[in-house]
Amino acid sequence: MVKAVAELCEKIHDTVARLDDTQPVRIMEVCGTHTMSVARNGLRSLLPEPLRLISGPGCPVCVTDQSYIDSAVALAKRPGVIVATYGDMVRVPGRSGSLADARAAGGEVEVVYSADQAVELARDNPDSRVVFLGVGFETTAPGTALAVKRASEEDVRNFSVFTAHKLIVPAMRALLSSPDIRIDGFLCPGHVSVILGWGAYESLVKEFSAPCVVAGFDPAQILSGIAEILRQLEAGESAACSVYPAVTREGNRRAMELLDEVFVADPAVWRALGKIPDSGLELRDEYARFDAARQLDLPESESYELPGCRCGDVICGRCRPRDCGLFGTQCTPREPVGPCMVSSEGACAAAYKYEAPAAATER
Amino acid sequence: MMRGGYIELAHGGGGQLTSELLDEVILPAVGGQQPDKLTDAAVFETAGKAAFTTDTFVIRPLEFPGGDIGKLAVCGTVNDLAVCGATPRYLSLALVLREGLEIDLLRRVLASAAAEARDAGVTIVTGDTKVVERDACDGMIINTAGIGEILPGARLGFERIRAGDRVLLSGPPGEHAIAVMSRRERLSFSSEVVSDCCSIHRPALELVERLGERVRFMRDPTRGGLAATLTEIAEATGRDVEIDESAIPVNRAAEAAAEMLGLDLLSAANEGKLVAVVAEDAAEQAREMLAGHEISARAAVIGTVGAAGGLVEMITRVGGRRVIQKPYGEQLPRIC
Ligand code: SF4
Repeated sequence: MVKAVAELCEKIHDTVARLDDTQPVRIMEVCGTHTMSVARNGLRSLLPEPLRLISGPGCPVCVTDQSYIDSAVALAKRPGVIVATYGDMVRVPGRSGSLADARAAGGEVEVVYSADQAVELARDNPDSRVVFLGVGFETTAPGTALAVKRASEEDVRNFSVFTAHKLIVPAMRALLSSPDIRIDGFLCPGHVSVILGWGAYESLVKEFSAPCVVAGFDPAQILSGIAEILRQLEAGESAACSVYPAVTREGNRRAMELLDEVFVADPAVWRALGKIPDSGLELRDEYARFDAARQLDLPESESYELPGCRCGDVICGRCRPRDCGLFGTQCTPREPVGPCMVSSEGACAAAYKYEAPAAATER
Repeated sequence: MMRGGYIELAHGGGGQLTSELLDEVILPAVGGQQPDKLTDAAVFETAGKAAFTTDTFVIRPLEFPGGDIGKLAVCGTVNDLAVCGATPRYLSLALVLREGLEIDLLRRVLASAAAEARDAGVTIVTGDTKVVERDACDGMIINTAGIGEILPGARLGFERIRAGDRVLLSGPPGEHAIAVMSRRERLSFSSEVVSDCCSIHRPALELVERLGERVRFMRDPTRGGLAATLTEIAEATGRDVEIDESAIPVNRAAEAAAEMLGLDLLSAANEGKLVAVVAEDAAEQAREMLAGHEISARAAVIGTVGAAGGLVEMITRVGGRRVIQKPYGEQLPRIC
């Protein structure tokens, strides 16, 4: 792999040198796993200066609106309710604390690794209502769909889902439509694309002429993806494609059908991006009895920005983590102010963990 | 004969049940080395300078792949002594048992503590048992304190670390954390990862005995993992430490599990690893010595102490550069 990486880096350097752009090339890695891999492998140090890798809205926790966090915390404080959640959500601060704070105050919050585990939890605790926080993109949504179907088949009545599942393509469209954000190409997420298929990006390419290249998560994959984007830019082309062998044009039909069977697309509120039509997944009416939003009369929570936190700008590529005034001082992984520092896939966490303080690189 | 299979509050009351527990469960397991002695304090002789340490062990689950809380409590204290350059000699063992604890589980834990002590050549010379109510703790807590004799040639400390010194690691990092986490969360995919829980005094003391003051510093990287130990070295010495990722030994199964969980193996706990900083000209010898012991067979020279700075930098496997930060709190598995 080391040799492949060296060759790819050389290719990238050469192409960037030939692109006589006055402005740097801005490539957005959509997915949090890419962000993490880039940082953990020190890839920025291998790339030429006029190439900027910017982090996108692909970290599920980071794009989740504050109103959702507040509702989840309120749920966790209700007697008789167990909130089942992926670990990343536990420490995201809301207006009245995080889920971790709710747990410390006596609320029941259980970390699970799959939606199915939450169904198990409901079976094991028949006297409690287990509410699963359905967070994530097309990667985790099929798991939630299966769990809902299982709960329905086995009649697990004390299980429900509070869904904040989102679709990635509408968010990418919203970014490309923003007049103040320039993105020359997207490095598209591997896992999501296994399910979606790279064909899902064709409409974006058509509309905005931005290359959309799917890549896996190891360094060679990421660099191949970047090299392909640069090749297209140099040739004046734009296409959707994949350098990740596991991804087909059609994606995983069965998973998509499953999503369609259980969910229906509806407008969803994203952090910073606001309300985007058809970008969220809501449970179909057939499954309404497993929909926490419809069953548990949730408190009304409003959308807001955390004071001082620039997560919204970070996930839109408007600024880098270090441009936030709280980065590394008031906001650290130990005491995070915003979700981008909490999530193990967040851009701020990646920068804090893996980038040298002095190297507040422009890249 | 012990009645029932579970610990009751009365087992800690000092009366007949306490004697039964001691005579039939605890002493047969760990008292064997000092038969019939139930004095309030142990009396023994030491030669020269001594090291004294204590640690309290809590872990869930009490039994995990590769060990249990009993073995852990002995290894932990043995290792703390060993990295100070001390030959572990005597241990105390204090138990806090939760009412309702299975006595069979207690027997297994004690048997494994005793076996580890025998194997490590330390004698358990004194102890204590308390029983607490159901809600007061998770199964059991063990405290061990240990006394060791400092080797005459040992000159260890942060202040002895020099630019150019080499950093050695005795084996793949993170195995304990992954083994425990996978048992705790019943994750099937990482079931083959076994905790590294073991006593590392033999390889550690061999380094000191044979290399003398060319061994500058030793540490067993437990909580916070390798990252915590390295950043501590950098902070305490004010020097940069440069680590070569490709030199760090890897347990593939642990790596795959960490990858899926979004955990960082470098910040994950170990219970049987050694980090040693040695003079440049002793590095290869030190590696060979470590490699001669089964528990450190995969030892490697992983880095170099550099100039003033105080940062731990890593050259990644693909040649990129990044820093290693001091780990913070509990690591949480990620979403997808
Ligand atoms: S550093 Fe903290 S406060 Fe600033 S944008 Fe990142 S998460 Fe928000």
